[in-house]
Parts: sequence; C-alpha cells; structure tokens
Amino acid sequence: MSKTFSIGGIHPHDNKISKDAAIENFPLVETAYISMSQHLGAPAEPIVAKGDKVKVGQLIAKASGFISANIHSSVSGTVRSVEMLPDLAGNPVQHVIIDVEGDEWIDTIDRSNDIVKDIKLGKEEIIKRIAECGVVGLGGAAFPTHIKLTPPPGKVADVLLINGSECEPYLTSDYRIMLENPEEILIGVRIMMKALGVSKAYVGIEENKPKAIKSMKGVADKGYTDIKIVPLKKRYPQGGEKQLIDAVTGRRVPSMGLPIDTGAVVQNVGTALAVYEAVQKNKPLFDGIVTVTGKCMTEQRNFRLRVGTTFDTMMFAIGGFPKDAVKLISGGPMMGKAVACMDAASVKSTSGLLLLTEEETKRGPERNCIRCAKCVEACPMGLQPYLLNRLARVNRMEELEENMVQDCIECGCCLYSCPANIPLLDTIRLSKAKVLKIMRGRPKK
Amino acid sequence: MKKLLVSPAPHIHGPQTTKSLMRDVIIALVPSLLVSIYFFGFSAIKLALVGVVTCVAVEYVIQRYLIKCTVTIGDYSAAVTGLLLALNLPPNSPWWLMLIGSIVAIGVAKLTFGGLGQNLFNPALVGRVFLLVSFPVLMTDWTIPASWFREGIDASSGATALSIVKEGLAQGLTLDQIFQNHNFSYMQMLFSKIGGSVGEVSALALIIGFAYLLYRRVITAHIPLSIIVTVALFTGIFWVVNPEHYTDPLFNILSGGILLGSIFMATDYVTSPMSKKGMVLYGVGIGIITVLIRYFGSYPEGISFAILIMNAFVPLINKYMKPAYFGKEVKNG
Repeated sequence: MSKTFSIGGIHPHDNKISKDAAIENFPLVETAYISMSQHLGAPAEPIVAKGDKVKVGQLIAKASGFISANIHSSVSGTVRSVEMLPDLAGNPVQHVIIDVEGDEWIDTIDRSNDIVKDIKLGKEEIIKRIAECGVVGLGGAAFPTHIKLTPPPGKVADVLLINGSECEPYLTSDYRIMLENPEEILIGVRIMMKALGVSKAYVGIEENKPKAIKSMKGVADKGYTDIKIVPLKKRYPQGGEKQLIDAVTGRRVPSMGLPIDTGAVVQNVGTALAVYEAVQKNKPLFDGIVTVTGKCMTEQRNFRLRVGTTFDTMMFAIGGFPKDAVKLISGGPMMGKAVACMDAASVKSTSGLLLLTEEETKRGPERNCIRCAKCVEACPMGLQPYLLNRLARVNRMEELEENMVQDCIECGCCLYSCPANIPLLDTIRLSKAKVLKIMRGRPKK
Repeated sequence: MKKLLVSPAPHIHGPQTTKSLMRDVIIALVPSLLVSIYFFGFSAIKLALVGVVTCVAVEYVIQRYLIKCTVTIGDYSAAVTGLLLALNLPPNSPWWLMLIGSIVAIGVAKLTFGGLGQNLFNPALVGRVFLLVSFPVLMTDWTIPASWFREGIDASSGATALSIVKEGLAQGLTLDQIFQNHNFSYMQMLFSKIGGSVGEVSALALIIGFAYLLYRRVITAHIPLSIIVTVALFTGIFWVVNPEHYTDPLFNILSGGILLGSIFMATDYVTSPMSKKGMVLYGVGIGIITVLIRYFGSYPEGISFAILIMNAFVPLINKYMKPAYFGKEVKNG
C-alpha cells in the first residue's frame, strides 16, 4: 500500500502526453528579456547598464534584501537596455534586455558531461555557493533555496524531502530529469543533506511514473542508500509541501506554520538538479526544463530553455499558436498562471507551457450551491470551501479567520470538483489575502 | 492578433456537474423502477410519469411566471424529486394523489425556500408525509394492482411486513405465530414480493442502485451505512432482550423503507450535513428515530419522519461538526 496524504485531494486525469519526449536544447534566441523578479521576495538590483558586454552565466543583478536571489545572464551579448516591461500577467517588472551575440560562457562553468560525485565544499560554502548561483525553488513558488537550507534560529531540520511527485497534470519536466539525470539529482540531494546536516532524505514519486521510480531507485540502490525513493499514490495535490510531508513522514504542519516546524525541509527534484549544477559544476541557475504541451498540438516537447525567452518566441519555435487553443498557461492546469502578455519572458521557475482549447478550459455557468459537500471532501486542508465562499461574498472577516481561510493552499481542488461551477477559489483567494493582511497588521504578542 | 483567454487557476474542471449527478441518481433508480414495473405493471409507470411530469411542470411554471427567475428544470433535480416521490407511494395510488404530492413537493417544500440548494427539508419526503397525513387510508392501502407480467396475485392484501407485525403484536400474537401465518422469508424480502410502496419491492434492486451511486462517486457510504448499522444495533438490543416481541435486525433492515430511505432519501445533498462526522451523526439520528417510531409510535414505519426530523438538525450539525482541519490536528511526537 503506497503512501499518500491524509485529507482530501482529487484525481484529475494526468494527461502526461509529453512524457516520452526527450529533453532537447531550445535554440538560441535573438534577444533575451531577463526579469529581475524571478523569485519570491524583493526584486534583484541590476548591476549592468546599456552597452555592457555580458557572457552566459555572468552575474547581472544582485539579490536585494533578505529574501531575494542573484540573477545571471542566460545569453552572451550586449545589454540593450534596463527597463520596465510587463510580466506574464501584464504587471510592470524591471527587465535587463540583452541582444544575443554568439554563445560565450564564463570560464568558471564546467561544461563537461562528467558526473562529479565528490562533494568538496563544506556546509557554509555550499549555502554560499547556492546563494551566489541564484538557485530558487523550482516547484512553483521560486523561494530562494539558500534561505530554505538555513533554518531560522531555534529550528532544527532532521529530514529532507524531495518532491518528485509532479502531481500537476500535463507537466513532465521533473519526470524527464528523473529519467535522464537521476544521479545528478541524487548528488544534489546529498549536497542539500550536507548543508542541512541531516542524515535522512526521501524522494516522493507518484505511482503513475513507474519508469522514474525505477530509474531513481536503480541509482539510489548503488551508492545512495541514505536516500530513500518513496512511491506515492497518485493524488493531487501531493506535491504541496504540507501534503508531501504528511504523505511521507506522517507529520502535520500546524496552521500558519512552516515545514521546518515539523523538522522537514522540502525541495523539488528540479531544484536538486540546479543545486548539483551550482555546487559541482559552478553553473548559476539561468535555464530550466520546460514542457510544451497540449492536446491541441501535434507535437509534445520538453526543452532545456534559457531564462528570458519570450512566450512569443517559444510559440514560434513550436510552429505557431495552434488554431483551436484559446489559453496559454505557464505551469500546470491546476495552479499555473494564464499568460496575458505574449511578450513576457520565461523565468527560472517556468516549468511548462500548456495550451488548452475552449472545450478543455471552459467554466460552465455558475449555479446554485447544492450543498453536495464535494468541495469539503476535496479540500486537502480540511476547510469548508462552500462556507468560506459564502462568508467571502459578504466580507465576514472574523468568521473567515475562524474558519481558517488563511490555511488555504490555493490548490484548486474545490473549484475543480464543484458541480455547480461556483468560483470557490476565486472568492477564497481574495478573502484570504485580506484576512492575512489583517492578521499581519495585528500587534505581535 | 490572437486573443488569449485569461482567468485565475484552476484551468480545468472535473467531470461532475449538477446535471450529471442528478442524471446518475435517475440511472441508479432504474433497477428499482424496472422491478416495480414488473410487479405492479402500468400502475408503476403511471405514478412515475405523473410524478416526473408534474414536478418539472410545477417548477417551470413557478420559476417562469411567478418568481420570474432562471428556470432550472434542465438540471433534472425536479425530475429526481418526482421519481423519488413516485417510488415512495403505494403502488395502487390514484394519479391525482401523485399530482397533489408533486405540487406540494416542488411548490411548497422546494421553491418557497428558494429552489435547489435552499430547501431545508427533502421535497419528496415532504410530499409523501403531506399525503400520509392528509390521505391516511389511501396511503396505507397496499393492494397490489394487476400486472401484465405476473399472473395469480398473492391472496394477501399486500400489507407491508411491518404493518402485519405491528397489527399481529397488537392482537397479542407472538412473532413466531405471525411469521408462520404469513410465510415471511428473507429471500423474499431481498428479491421482492412483499407489500410496500413502489420502490420498496426489491431490496436487491435498491442495493444495485446504491453500488452504482458509490461507483460514480455521487454519494459516499457514510449516511446509508450509519443508518443501517444504527438500525441493526438498536433493534438488535431489543431483539436480544426480548426476541418474542421484537423482530430481528435483518428483518428490520430489509422491511419497510430503510433501504430506499437511507440510500436515496437521506443522502439528498441539500438536506444532509457537509462533513463526514456530521453525516454519521445524522445517520445515527435517523436510525434511532426510525426504530423508536417503528416500535413505540403509532405508524408501522418511521423513516420518512426520521429523515425530516433530522433534516431540521442539519444546520446545527453543520455549525458544530466541522471537518478535521489539517493544521489543527498536529500529531508530531
């Protein structure tokens, strides 16, 4: 009996139609638009100016503030300008625009294909290197990895969990690296274990990816016995931090708490690979694996894509926007963001581009709540979405807080399962933001 | 320039809609309907047709001309109410009884409260109980009508097993005597041939419907099972203490409307609790009240009243029986 999390969850069709497409390098672009806000926290400060020559992997923006991350150039060429440009939602964000000339990498990056097993750096040096290389969490939230690997004072990590569940339908980028780079991932896991000082690590992989489980297990059994591969039952949102901790260790993150409160640190397999590349190959994070998929497309692809490639360029490379596609999503269909601006560019945590037709993404007309309790059954946090929705529509802040709206992880299970098409998550998301603002505004005890 | 659709996540939706759920309930009722057509012939078809047509028509007329709101007959919920009410009436009921029941179910119990999702009480049961107290003779006339398929109607008047037991006990007979006189067997109850309302004839047909509802994830087993287990345990206590006077648990579960009520009536979304814990409490309450009415009330069967009584407690149950919060149940050693 495989493990899974204990409350709620749904079983959407996984649609991993791109799983057999090997990772290919995305062709070099003519112009790269590199966002300064590719991570959670404060935007990075650009340190280059118009006319500067840059190489691939060169630092172009420095982390500003405690939660922030360095940004490196993904191309070589000349800086055209530093200006405000829209991100995928259309909000203005500072970008460094580089006209590409050739493909010249900085010398310090080890570009060979050799797998470097020996971890030479010490605990402090590892964290420093990860911070320098601008590694962020590639599971979605893009939280700077070096901060996650440095537990706050008083908190001790005793286990490292690696998320290889890739529970979002369609996406296969994590799946492909588990097939193609299993040993690099496991070395990355070892590096993070050393940085945290923990002796146990678990990689959770859902059972709908038997090849990935086999591939990772095969390598882990030969020399990485301290890292356990844990098959998990297929269930969304298994990859949520709190759900993964529950599924693998049985520990529960308390309300408003962090994973570290249970002694666990969660990282994604993609992040583990980025950590490996940063620490063993001295390669900053400036590219990532991106699945380009959709049932309306004739070809399904997995690319290694450099940061700063516009959605337009990506669509052009795969042969144009499919005729019947109406929605372009950056990420998976459950938590991904709909792209509003095709001129926006990819960022470090871009994991997939999904094209959906009107038929696939249509929301039916909203009807009366029939109190079927499907949302209550589906909510992995044990909340009552139908009630939160009702309270949110009349702005009952105290009651929303009493009913733990702040615990919502915005996984979308409620809206997915509502037979009456009530926009549960839309109203809950808005009211959650308001309630959190009120809670943070209160004097601390 | 291609226009892109932009909306917040999630971008896909599950396969279930109100319409598909209601359609599944209708499909789950088909086995029972077929069995009742086999046993009661045209009479069962007539009741089902009058029920469905009247309920849909009443909903349409009231929404379209009286309230002037969106007409919701397309979600099939009115059809479900009509069908359930038909299955809850004696097979020999006249068509106008069905008509009155349907008008009360939709017009009074459903639309006065604001339509689908707003009604406090199960509409079909309100219709049935209204008829039961207004037309007590007709509603307890269990004569079996002639059927095309079946010849040689049983000599019995078709009285329900529960009413036979209740009357027999009142006359001072022991259970053994009553059972001998009437030749009850559990196989009979499972496959039919007992007097009762249209949908109660075959326990097996109802159980097939239940399995379909579970398979299609329309309902969970919490409510039906907690009712059935409660009835079994509660009647079991009486039975162990005095088997001369009280019927055994299996008889109680297979007789009367326990299966029809627990599978199709008590699980009505609108009038049942939201949390799993609440559903169990609700089911236990229905089970206890049903047995109390059966043993100590003046009616031989009490599940309709039990469900309506527990319907009234649902808002209270929802207020106090909340699902277990993920974040509150911290169990870290």
